[in-house]
Amino acid sequence: MNLNLHPPMTPFEVPAPPAGLVPWEKHFALSLLADMLRIRRMEEKAIELYGQQKIRGFLHLYIGEEAVATGALRALQPQDNVVATYREHGHALLRGVGMNAIMAEMFGKQQGCSRGHGGSMHLFDRASRFYGGQAIVGGGLPLAVGLALADQLSGRRALTACFFGEGAVAEGAFHEAMNLAALWQLPVLFCCENNLYAMGTALARSESQTDLCAKAASYGMATVSVDGMDVVAVHEAMLGAVQQVLQLQRPVFLEFRTFRFRAHSMFDPELYRDKQEVAAWKTRGPIHTFSARLKAQGDLSEDEFLALDAAAQAEVDAAVAFAEAGSWEPVADLLRDVVTPQGAA
Amino acid sequence: MGQRMTYREALREALRDALQADPRVFLMGEDVGRYGGTYAVSKGLLDEFGPERIRDTPLSELGFVGAGVGAALGGMRPIVEIMTVNFSLLALDPIVNSAAMLRHMSGGQFSVPVVFRMATGAGRQVAAQHSNSFEAWYAHVPGLRVLAPATVEDARGMLQPALADPDPVLIFEHAQLYNTEGEVPEHAEVDIASARVRRAGSDVSLITYGGSLFKTLQAADALARLGVSAEVIDLRVLRPLDDATVMASVRKCHRAVVVAEGWRSGSLAAEVMARISEQAFAELDAPLARVCSEEVPIPYAQHLEQAALPQVDKIVAAVQAVMEQIT
Repeated sequence: MNLNLHPPMTPFEVPAPPAGLVPWEKHFALSLLADMLRIRRMEEKAIELYGQQKIRGFLHLYIGEEAVATGALRALQPQDNVVATYREHGHALLRGVGMNAIMAEMFGKQQGCSRGHGGSMHLFDRASRFYGGQAIVGGGLPLAVGLALADQLSGRRALTACFFGEGAVAEGAFHEAMNLAALWQLPVLFCCENNLYAMGTALARSESQTDLCAKAASYGMATVSVDGMDVVAVHEAMLGAVQQVLQLQRPVFLEFRTFRFRAHSMFDPELYRDKQEVAAWKTRGPIHTFSARLKAQGDLSEDEFLALDAAAQAEVDAAVAFAEAGSWEPVADLLRDVVTPQGAA
Repeated sequence: MGQRMTYREALREALRDALQADPRVFLMGEDVGRYGGTYAVSKGLLDEFGPERIRDTPLSELGFVGAGVGAALGGMRPIVEIMTVNFSLLALDPIVNSAAMLRHMSGGQFSVPVVFRMATGAGRQVAAQHSNSFEAWYAHVPGLRVLAPATVEDARGMLQPALADPDPVLIFEHAQLYNTEGEVPEHAEVDIASARVRRAGSDVSLITYGGSLFKTLQAADALARLGVSAEVIDLRVLRPLDDATVMASVRKCHRAVVVAEGWRSGSLAAEVMARISEQAFAELDAPLARVCSEEVPIPYAQHLEQAALPQVDKIVAAVQAVMEQIT
């Protein structure tokens, strides 16, 4: 028997960069570009602040994957629920949490969206129905099933979008949640962000079946696989899936094939993948490929790009100032939010 | 006028009340519907409330317990039945990492008003994997409230305040209790915060809960015949513990023995003893003692199983030893 449990690094294949006509009205297209830039600049600043020890603990960056959250969240409505992972800065921002509250949270200040209790991995916001910030891999999926069940039982026309990485597919929680959602015909959009590496474990080293859509299809679920580096493809696929979920009241599984340009966390020396693979994927970067397409069709000038970028940078600067000016929750309040105060619920 | 019923019937009546009172309440779990509930607690409720509110689940503890947490976040008031505490280990993640922590780690934004019910305990010769008493594990976790109704009155009355609690509540039903009978007073006010003195005494405090309550009360009877006046405290609420009731008894009796079915090491009994040491050490006339399960997976053979569990004679012997000792 030759069990090849430790194959050498998988030879990588990188598809051609996203290209072609952007079939959107200019204003709309630029607003998505602006959102990708907002995430990118916020996280680049976070790296710097981590170096200055303003941000501590775990910091999982979304750099390279921005097209997924940007294209996907734009297809949702305010009444929908969003469940995300510990790599959720971008999702939180575009759901409307506000960069100030996110940055303050990463600083650990009480003006943060989770009062400094959660940090980078646990961004929450009741107002925008943003349910975290879930840092147990796969743990968000059963919660999403329950949120959708609540909508179904209450007769609300809403769906729950649940984001998770391909690493979660190996968890039992994934399979149990897929089964329950399909069995009970719940309005869940399972959004799998397949960035090819679960921390340092390549997909082929963790899954006997690397076709993730095949797994979802085995639960009788409609599936779509999308180029997650192409914000156009992501958004169009998401619009279709949202419609399908709401009309048929059935879950849909979306695979967004994407790539994380940075290390898993700030503690990761990236021994598990070839620098050339990262470089090759960077040619597919969601921001510059989208910008190039818009420029090619005359919808974006360099000045317009620079203006969007400057606006993103200004928002980041303001958020950092807000976080710096924030205050620490008094230690006297340490136990405050463990249980609900009487009369508060 | 009170009403006489079994523990099982009391649980069912409480479920029926809750389902009638609040459209947000639903029950889900393995075989709660068509089968009628593994311990027949929910028998008949499917016909009354329909399959959406008496919801059968697949064998997916991680999935449906997590879904219960999610449904609570989404505004429902789910009652999730886990067949036994043994299977709840498959759902530790949503109970501990989600239900217990969401409120704090969201900065107080999200309460999780979910109730988990499950059978616990040994004594029916169902062997190691169906006989555990893991309630102390849950009592370890901030953010959870842990209840152990021992009496029929508590079985009838604890669900309503548990559902009214905005935070997650676990209710442990000892499997030996389902057939016990008792009286439910007509206008019983049942709280989920305090311990209760089930028998007053003056020589020794016997502190217990759940399935061990009746063994402890029998032991107190036997001790009375031996001239020892034992006070029996039913903890009822395992988290947060009602220290005041325990310490009041210890200050009166000056001796204490804890009786609990979990294993000794790292147990709820150990926690109660530690608190007495911290808060009432100077009141003690003898070292504390405890009667717990032997440190062995619960065996199948009846004589071995019985030997592994707290029993009346063991409690009596432990109390006699404590009565003879003087610090």
